[in-house]
Amino acid sequence: MRAQFLGRSVPASVLAAVAILAAAPAVLPSFYTYLLALALVMGLLATSLNLALGYGGIYQFHHAVFYGVGAYTAALAITRWGWPAWAAFLAGPPAAALTGWLIGWVCVRLTRLYFGMLQISLGSLLWVIVLRWYSFTGGDNGIHGIPLPPILRPVENVYYLILAAVAASLAALYLIVRSPFGATLQAVRDNPQRCQVVGIDVRVHRLVAIIIAAFFAGAAGVLYVALERSVFPNMLFWVLSLEILVMCLLGGWFTFLGPMLGAAIVVTLRIIAGRYTENWTTILGIMLILLIFFMPEGVMGHVQERMIRMRSQAPRPRPGAGPDA
Amino acid sequence: MDLQVIGSQLLVGLSRAMILFIVSAGLSFVLGVLRVPNVFHGSLYMIGAFAAFTIATGLGSNAAGLWLALLAAPLAGAVVGLVVERALLSRLYEREHLMLILFTWGIMLILNDVVKLIWGADYRSVLAPPILRGAAHILGAAVPRYNLFLLLVGPLVAVGMWAFTHKTRLGRMARAAAVDREMVGVLGIDVSRILAAAFLVGSYLAGLGGALVAPTTSITLGMDHTIIIEAFLIVTIGGLGNLWGALVGALLFGVTQSLGLLIWPQFAIVFPYAATVLVLLVRPTGLLRSVW
Repeated sequence: MRAQFLGRSVPASVLAAVAILAAAPAVLPSFYTYLLALALVMGLLATSLNLALGYGGIYQFHHAVFYGVGAYTAALAITRWGWPAWAAFLAGPPAAALTGWLIGWVCVRLTRLYFGMLQISLGSLLWVIVLRWYSFTGGDNGIHGIPLPPILRPVENVYYLILAAVAASLAALYLIVRSPFGATLQAVRDNPQRCQVVGIDVRVHRLVAIIIAAFFAGAAGVLYVALERSVFPNMLFWVLSLEILVMCLLGGWFTFLGPMLGAAIVVTLRIIAGRYTENWTTILGIMLILLIFFMPEGVMGHVQERMIRMRSQAPRPRPGAGPDA
Repeated sequence: MDLQVIGSQLLVGLSRAMILFIVSAGLSFVLGVLRVPNVFHGSLYMIGAFAAFTIATGLGSNAAGLWLALLAAPLAGAVVGLVVERALLSRLYEREHLMLILFTWGIMLILNDVVKLIWGADYRSVLAPPILRGAAHILGAAVPRYNLFLLLVGPLVAVGMWAFTHKTRLGRMARAAAVDREMVGVLGIDVSRILAAAFLVGSYLAGLGGALVAPTTSITLGMDHTIIIEAFLIVTIGGLGNLWGALVGALLFGVTQSLGLLIWPQFAIVFPYAATVLVLLVRPTGLLRSVW
């Protein structure tokens, strides 16, 4: 698996993308700035999921939980405990990582389907608690109008905060993926038995991957709070987890930047679809089914495969249809 | 706390466990035979419940109509399941589990909107047949008659499923296909048909659970989500693909939930989840032997 984006290296394409994105608010109406910010947040969320799912082969089915925990931690710290906004923001990712550690510690003893099911159930449990605990979390009303520093009032400023944070997070995630840990994680994904034999602690590697993924999902949650000034229980709902999975699948979870692309497409589709229909979930479902049938390697995986084939002028076997292949 | 209150709450929990068992048994059977973690199993349960509502109200909620609702509504779940299996799912059996889960999850999203389109987003309710209404008194504790009826149906389904898988030709072939699909094919048996039949049986059980639960609760969108999470937990506690495991898991789940209601009503849902985590920490692959 070569980290490439349309033939260029990932760092180069990210730098180019950041440069273009940094100029965007100067040109675009503020609604589109908002849309870009949202796509960046969701892109970070999907990329963090992909660390566990695509690179680790871990059935991370309820990733939205960590996103929700990050967001709720920030929101509750500001509104209930009166923390300064920046301190609350910094508390979000570690809280999500802690949740990842707890859930991961329980789940990592199991593999594949068992793991996924247990994670969904633990995640749903957290969702129910957030939904029912009216006195603390606001229940199904969520928390709205979270007071933030005046500097975060113009959407352009929030956009730059998000752009900087997402770029830094992507850089960190990229370094993790390319590090010896990342290489081992991929080896664990491809052949856990063999890794066990050569003395790699499979469980610890999986757990660490979950914690890192949860940390960055929590960061995405915090950025959402900065953008929307509100949190609601559906941030922990399994439909959102499915939406993130669709982003990864659509963009291609065998590529580093695929989830970013997938997130951008899904967020745009959602905004467009929202104008015409309330049945967003049906569109999501149909998309998922079409993807599974016709393009299981995702857009970027598809393009990458084409480029490789064009270059080598020889048919190559498909690089596996998923982390489980 | 009053022993009678605990006793009647326990009976209510046990009858709830029967519903959970019937749904989980179907899920477990499909998991065992087809190796498909069918997420839209929950949708079929919801369809069973809504179909019971339509049949019951269509026939004026008289005794005959209500009995017919309980008998015929599960077929709605079975038919929808079979159609999806034949049209789409059967083309995906060679794919890895991740894709199967995502696919069935996608179907669940679509079916949810289909149900909304047909029945609307309102809460619906179905009456129990007249003979099963009201409460019976057992040792001084009042227990709804319908719950006692569920306590009869649950074991009947358990025995029926055991007889089906062990005594009938189709059931035995399904079990054989669960162990070695290719070998069954080599023996000249149409595996595809066996799998379709197994999926039909599993879907029927989902619909049956939905029809049976209809008189005890309000029928609403979202019940698919609750039940599928619970059913997957139960199947996981019991051991994937194990019929009796589904029964044990359902009993554990139902009882901890109903007794949890006495202890901490607002967060009663926490108790069965906590029990699940405890079980899986001690026995990660479930209490009984998994067929996986």
